[in-house]
Amino acid sequence: MLAVHFPALQVVLPLLAAPVCVLLRGARLSWLAALSVSWAAFAIAALLLAEVLAGGPLSYALGGWAPPWGIEFRVDAPNAFVLLIVAGIGAIVTLYAPKSVAREVGEERAHLFYTAYLLCLAGLLGVTITGDAFNLFVFLEISSLSSYILISLGQDRRALYAAYQYLILGTIGATLYLIGVGLLYQATGTLNMVDLAQRLASLHDVRGVRVAFAFLAVGLSLKLALFPLHLWLPNAYTYAPSAVTAFLAATATKVAVYALLRFLFTVFGAEFSFSALPMGPPIAMLAVLAMFTASIVAIFQENIKRMLAYSSVAQIGYMMLGISLVTVEGLTASILHVFNHALMKGALFLAMGCIYYRISSVHIADFAGLAKRMPWTMAAFVGGGLSLIGVPLTAGFISKWYLVLAALDRDLWPVAALIVLSSLLAVIYVWRVVEQAYFRPPPPGHDTREEAPLALLIPTWMLVAANVYFGVHAGLTVRAAGRAAQTLLGGAP
Amino acid sequence: MDVLGLYNYWIVIFLMMSGFYIMIARGNLVKKVVGLNIFQASVFVFYITVGKVSGGTAPIIAEGIERYSNPLPHVLILTAIVVGVATTAVGLSLVVRINEAYGTVEEQELGAMDGDA
Repeated sequence: MLAVHFPALQVVLPLLAAPVCVLLRGARLSWLAALSVSWAAFAIAALLLAEVLAGGPLSYALGGWAPPWGIEFRVDAPNAFVLLIVAGIGAIVTLYAPKSVAREVGEERAHLFYTAYLLCLAGLLGVTITGDAFNLFVFLEISSLSSYILISLGQDRRALYAAYQYLILGTIGATLYLIGVGLLYQATGTLNMVDLAQRLASLHDVRGVRVAFAFLAVGLSLKLALFPLHLWLPNAYTYAPSAVTAFLAATATKVAVYALLRFLFTVFGAEFSFSALPMGPPIAMLAVLAMFTASIVAIFQENIKRMLAYSSVAQIGYMMLGISLVTVEGLTASILHVFNHALMKGALFLAMGCIYYRISSVHIADFAGLAKRMPWTMAAFVGGGLSLIGVPLTAGFISKWYLVLAALDRDLWPVAALIVLSSLLAVIYVWRVVEQAYFRPPPPGHDTREEAPLALLIPTWMLVAANVYFGVHAGLTVRAAGRAAQTLLGGAP
Repeated sequence: MDVLGLYNYWIVIFLMMSGFYIMIARGNLVKKVVGLNIFQASVFVFYITVGKVSGGTAPIIAEGIERYSNPLPHVLILTAIVVGVATTAVGLSLVVRINEAYGTVEEQELGAMDGDA
């Protein structure tokens, strides 16, 4: 049966398709290969999630070596949900890629773009699906190395320097993670996450384990751009090609958030992470600082891609805030926001790609009267923007609603107030763009309609539609995120 | 506690801090990659130390051998070395491209050339 091997195929398909793209050479052929593989990965992720929600966790022994000796791919509710969003965004961005890549990277290098892109996708899926702490490091580096390459493909020469800075900081983060894994191995003699969790239960007072926790937490926080470790993010997102920005903004930091969740809750256990070591207050404080500092910085950006990048740092604050509450409700809100934020940022950055395709600029000054020239693109931007603010009937509303409820549930009404207040900052920075595009006259000679091609508009609108769909029919995502939260806190299998 | 007996760990900490310091203090992009390599090398030494069993030999099944070192950390570090080589390769090729685009690999000059970068 093929279905038994779905956990392995999830990662192996894009991994094998990457070298195939180099061999195919042609832009069109390699795109077709990438497209079919990424949609196949999406279908596999959807089937895996359905299977896990119906029948509990799946364990796949790679190469037939039984865990804990061999590498185990373990799919349960939290990572099946993250797999779905990573594979989903991967599939939609591939659909979007050809015109945007031809414009920003060049036809002659397109096959290399798809190679790096598929490697990055395979790495991110691997980080999410693996149940082995060292294997996670390897996949983390596969995805990181390919994302440095993808970022450096940007047209502006500053993309090179942004990729270099990300390489230095990203490698420091991954190396810190590696030190943490080494210390854990020293204390327990195992690398399998389930096995680690069992053995660590009686080792809470060992100093090496506490040091390992510190290294893992800081290393992963660097990868997920927790304020103030976010310095690599704004430049990388600003200067990368549009399709790359959309893909990385929607998936890379989310996967790192998942890895942190996995270590905080599954490997170390909530008891150790939040009672023995009081990690709740510091995480909450950094989260609130991220929400406000990054949002305020976003308001003053002239480059809209950079504005959205700072907004991403702020949104990661919401995810971390939910984690710091250490309740099923808080975690549900965090995991929901991982999913919903991927949808909204994906939509917004794809809309940026459409705009760049036509006017070769993402500076706010060039946005004057843009709604007349590109009505559909700007409408997509407004749709994504409303979701970012958290307006009812959009996906963003659902996750913020659950986050506010979770904070109130713990009687933390000042925190709930801060969540609402920081959402108002999002209103300001989205409104700046809307005002410029809808209420300023276009520059003379540019008042004709010049909409982005359908090949770019359709994937963008698919994500905008997903924002509305999951804002109205929130049942599926809330149920999956709730199950994921219960699994992480040890409530459900 | 036998402080000097754990000299491997002192070497690890010394290498780690030197590498980290170079990455922070040096403005030259090539030197930063060198610092990154030293930083990673410290972790390699750390893993190999963890795997060593005192008095143990290489883990090969043979007559008369009862104590042997744990091979797993060594194998892990082979993988990590490969990752390190790949990182260095990507890092240095980015430096080459930066040099082509800007004509310099000094961080301060790069910052001045693009204004806001």
